[in-house]
Amino acid sequence: MLNNSQTSTRRQEFFLGARDTIPLIIGSIPFGIIFGAIAITAGLSVWAVLGLSLIVFAGSAQFVAAGLVGQGATVGLIVLTTFFVNLRHALYAASLGTYLRHLPQRWLIPLAFLLTDETYAAVIKRFQAAEQSEHRHWYFLGSALAMYTNWQICTVIGIVTGQKLAGVSDWGLEIAMVVTFIGIVVPLITTRAMFTCCVVAASVAVIAIDLPNQLGLIVASLAGISAGYAVELFSPQSTDKPKVT
Amino acid sequence: MGSNLSGLQEALLILGMMLVTFAARYPLLALSGRVRLPQPVERALAYVPVAVLTAICIPMVLKPGGGDWQLSVSNPYLMASLVAIAVAWITRHLLLTITLGMLCFFALRLLLPLT
Repeated sequence: MLNNSQTSTRRQEFFLGARDTIPLIIGSIPFGIIFGAIAITAGLSVWAVLGLSLIVFAGSAQFVAAGLVGQGATVGLIVLTTFFVNLRHALYAASLGTYLRHLPQRWLIPLAFLLTDETYAAVIKRFQAAEQSEHRHWYFLGSALAMYTNWQICTVIGIVTGQKLAGVSDWGLEIAMVVTFIGIVVPLITTRAMFTCCVVAASVAVIAIDLPNQLGLIVASLAGISAGYAVELFSPQSTDKPKVT
Repeated sequence: MGSNLSGLQEALLILGMMLVTFAARYPLLALSGRVRLPQPVERALAYVPVAVLTAICIPMVLKPGGGDWQLSVSNPYLMASLVAIAVAWITRHLLLTITLGMLCFFALRLLLPLT
């Protein structure tokens, strides 16, 4: 059974996780608000926008879904695109899973549901530094619940803003998504293989731009991944490998 | 813009997105303590963010609003993206990239005649 010192260690880990995630939470505030506004102006109902944030909880995939809904894509295509956009979470999961093998399902399921880019960034740092702490999953939970709560609040603010400001869809707020992705992608281009991946994905996206139902996105993604991996395979030196984390 | 999704389609959309997102997040979190991904898969997955995020941006920048090609200096999406790429390349700072990219976009929108 719990004794007092165990309880306090858990609480400390929980709040430490939340605290360490604050800078990332601040960074996500404009995106949460812009997501709510864009999703409403794309024509989704209020409950659907709330549902995306509450039940899916995947920032960039929610953005992409709102954009695709606005362009009239089918449900099947949006779900498929979501899978591709979120595939990177499989990498995060593989990286974090080795630290969580002692946990039961009642922990693994909610932690998996709450995994985001921001929480991964905070948690992997802590896990690598504090490998010995047996309560480190409370750190994960604290970080993830802080992100989750903030994301819901920002979504509601965005919905209200999107409804109040007529013509907000004509302002070109999608640019927020574009420059965010640029800010994420450009620093990742540290190797020849990664550069090739980016150039090939961009070129194929241009060529395939008129494919129906945004299929070009998936074709371009697969081309970029294949090109990057091929360059990595045929590079003479192993120094051309990207860092997995 | 304007969605033609019915309430049922919206529900299916959310349910489908929830399932595929969980399918990306859960299995390896639960298994990777015991099973390891094949090396080639793990290495190829490292290219996913760059490939997908790049491919998402291209149509939004070059054919804004799903309209015609706009390969000119009067396309604020294109100009703001080029500024963002330069800022990201030099500073590697996410929030600065976002801020300057958006400032550039809205400045051009105010300055350029409506297209």
